[in-house]
Formats: sequence, C-alpha cells, structure tokens
Amino acid sequence: MLEALQFEFMRNALWAGLLASVACGIIGTLVVVNRIVFISGGIAHAAYGGVGIAFFLGISPTFSAAVFSLVMAAVMATVTLRNKQRADTIIGVLWALGMAVGIILIDLTSGYRVDVMSYLFGSILAVPSDDLIMMVVLDVVIVAVVAFFYNGFLALSFDEEFAQTMGVPVKTLYFILLGLMALSVVMVIRVVGLILVIALLTIPPYIAEKFSVSLAWMMVFSTILSCIFSFTGLWLSYAFNLTSGATVILVASLFFFVSLLWGRARVST
Amino acid sequence: MEDLAVEVRNVSFAYDGHPVLRDVNLEIRKGEFLAVMGPNGGGKTTLLKILLGILKPAKGSVLLFGKHPGEMAHKIGYVPQDTNINKEFPISVMDVTLMGRLAALGSGWRYSATDRLLARQALERVKMWDYRHRPVGRLSGGQRQRVFIARALAANPAILFMDEPTASVDKEFQTELFEFLKELNTSMTIVVVSHDMAVLSSYVKSVACLNQTLYYHDAAEITDEMMEMAYHCPVELVAHGMPHRVLRRHED
Repeated sequence: MLEALQFEFMRNALWAGLLASVACGIIGTLVVVNRIVFISGGIAHAAYGGVGIAFFLGISPTFSAAVFSLVMAAVMATVTLRNKQRADTIIGVLWALGMAVGIILIDLTSGYRVDVMSYLFGSILAVPSDDLIMMVVLDVVIVAVVAFFYNGFLALSFDEEFAQTMGVPVKTLYFILLGLMALSVVMVIRVVGLILVIALLTIPPYIAEKFSVSLAWMMVFSTILSCIFSFTGLWLSYAFNLTSGATVILVASLFFFVSLLWGRARVST
Repeated sequence: MEDLAVEVRNVSFAYDGHPVLRDVNLEIRKGEFLAVMGPNGGGKTTLLKILLGILKPAKGSVLLFGKHPGEMAHKIGYVPQDTNINKEFPISVMDVTLMGRLAALGSGWRYSATDRLLARQALERVKMWDYRHRPVGRLSGGQRQRVFIARALAANPAILFMDEPTASVDKEFQTELFEFLKELNTSMTIVVVSHDMAVLSSYVKSVACLNQTLYYHDAAEITDEMMEMAYHCPVELVAHGMPHRVLRRHED
C-alpha cells in the first residue's frame, strides 16, 4: 500500500475517501435517524438525469448533477411534507424518471461514453485535484450548517411534533437537510457511484448508532467507520485489481453483517 | 375573556375529505384540569395537534391565551405518547429534557447555563436527575414518561398538554402520576387527552367527550348524553371502583 502512495491518483483517492466519509458520517446519520433512506436513494438515482443533461449540453457533469439533485431534493421535500402517505410512490417515480432522462440524453449525445460508467460505479481512482477542493468546501459547509443548527436537527430527528410545538422551524430544517443530502450524494457518487451511494450513507450510521450516546458521537463514529471502509476497500481493490467502489461497499456490508451478528450475540447472552 | 387559556371556535378538520372534527367549540379557563375523552379515531389527537399549532384547522379558529398557538410556543408544555418515540435514538435523558428550552432560545439554539439549570430542576422534580446520562431508549415506560414531563416542565409552561398519559404506565405509577398532576395543576392549566376512563379517577375538574363533535361538561363526571354520543356503550365505566362519582345518577 505504501508504495502506492507515490502515485498522485492514489493520494487523491485517499483524500477523496476521507472527505466523502465526513459528508457520509454527518448526513448519513441524519438520513438514518430520520428514516429517509429511500429519499436519499431517490436523489442519488435522479442525479443521473443531471449527468445526462451535462453530457447533452457539454457542461460539467458534477455541477449539473448537483443542480439537478438539489431541484429533485426540493421537489421530494415538498411532496413528503404535503402528503406523507403517497410520498414513497412519488419518490419512486422521480427516482426512475431521473434515471430515464439521463439514459435518453446520453443516447442522444454522440461520442465517447466511458465516463458514464464512472457515475454509475464511481471512480475514486480518477478524482482530480479540483474536485478535492470542491469536496473540502462542501465538507466545511456541511459541518458548519449542521453544527449551527445542531439542536434544531436533533429535535427534528428525535421528536418532530414536539420540536414544532417549541417553535422550531422543522420545515425549513427539513429542506436544508435534503439540500445538504443532495450535495453529499453527488460528492459520494464520485467515490462509489450512484448505485452504491445508499450503502455508504447508511451502513456506517447503522453500526455507529448501537454504541453512540448522542447524535454528535454517532456522526463522529460514522465518519471513522466510513473512513475505515473506504481505505480498506481501496487497498483491497489496489491489491487484487478490483473495482474500487464495489470493493468499498463489500467491506462495509461485511462489517454490517458482523455488527448484526454481534448485536444478536450480545442480546442473547 | 381575560381568564381563558384556550378558546376554540367552530373548528372543523378533515383528512382527505374524511371529516374528523365537526364544528368543535371549547373554552378552557386558566387553572382548569380538563380531560378530553373519546374513542380511538374520534379526533382527540387531531384536536390536540390543532391546539398545539401542529395542524391548522380547515375551518374555525384557535386561541391560546388570546394568541395564535404558533406565537405561544414558550407557554406550551407537551407530553406526547410514548409510542411515538424511536427507542434506538442515541440521546441522553438530559439532552431530551433540554429540548423543553428550545422555544426560549434564539435562532442558533444554544443552551445556556440557565437552560441547563431549569432542565436539572425539572428532572429533579420528577426524580429522574440520577438518570440524566442514561439513553432514553433504555428506560421503562414510566421513567420515560417522567422524562417527557420534565422536558415539558423545563419550558416553564402555562398550559400542559398530555396525550394518553396512562398508555405505557402501570397502575402503580398512574396513582403517582395523578398526584403529581394535581400538584402541577396549582400552577398551570392541564389538558389530558385519553380514551382510558382511568384518567377520570384523577383530579380532573371537567370532562369533554369527543367523537367528531365535542360535548363539554363542567364537572368531573360523564353524563349519559356524553356516553351515548361518544361511546354508545358505558360498560368500561362501571367496571372500576372510582374514587369519586363518574356516572351521574339516573333520575328515573
């Protein structure tokens, strides 16, 4: 592994893994405790529409995916707040619609398409330095916003109705949360691809929840776990020449099942 | 008008065209201890959410101390049903109690030393201070309810709303709870919403029965008309030995 670090792409990959882990740990924790995993999946897949638009118009895919995801997040937030019963159906439709728009627009775009795969399965080994700077900026925004509104997010997540009676603007916070989630999803897509984003957003917080005493610690533990999964996956993919995104998720899933078994064993003793 | 804590005028509410509340009128005086009784699905929770400002009535108006519920957040204490809580959530008893201070904070929501002191006093009042570091998910139903009461008290409320207070509490703790509410009632208005007749064995001063429409009675007893309207079946009432009369004597 150490000799691999002399390559810039490898150093960038490690940085990308670390930076994505911070976003995953913080936003993933809020996603898991608020039970909005399905929305995060919807946004991740709908983001492909943004990638399609970018290829069609010849603009930056990351920028386009970010804008498109933000719009989708706003629509999904509105739908869930207006009609909780039907929300999952509508999110499912948007999920598929985004993918379909992306696929059709890429069909309509002539030329080289190898980049498209990197959005589906991630390309942590090909993260340019510019993207790393963007990831740092996004991490700073996420940490700052969540730290500032921490007690509001905590109240919203634990007991939304009580938070409302206390005058906490839960709807505004919910929009902010989905917005941050959309941006995080686009960032994590760089690392593991949009198909596997949900796993990296949910597995670390799920494991962390079991031994966390507060939401803040759950965010910290999730970030650390996410780092461990990313680095281990990256090392395995380098050593055995495997697809990096899938290897990262395989490592995470392995930990997930071990934690399940460990939890069971602890309960039965 | 000065002494009214709650004023509900001609409130109606419907979910997807299905009416839940019809033309509800209710006045609650300050210092009142009201039990809103009624069958499940009779609109109790909906009315409670309207009083708390969580739902907006489709028709009619609600005033808390002469103002809209949204403006009165700092006067409201709310104790929800235990079942609505995610027991896996990583949060300590102290952090839950502090949430009662949210209405009094600015937009940054930072707790001050005063907030912590008020949370501590509230926890001591319900005898849960020793459990302050414990995750709420690892408490018993009765202990968790105490914490939720502490959270409501930390807000220093003028009115306390409780949703199904007897639901996850054993009989022994119920008596203790009712004594505690009686004591609280000396300094605040209390509204309890429940389908459980055991609530009537507490120190309620008046009863309202709700089944889409609301029938108010200015005494701690349920009249035959209320029974008829709300339940169509008075069996449950007669079963327990109540400390004071619940059913009015038949006049015939």
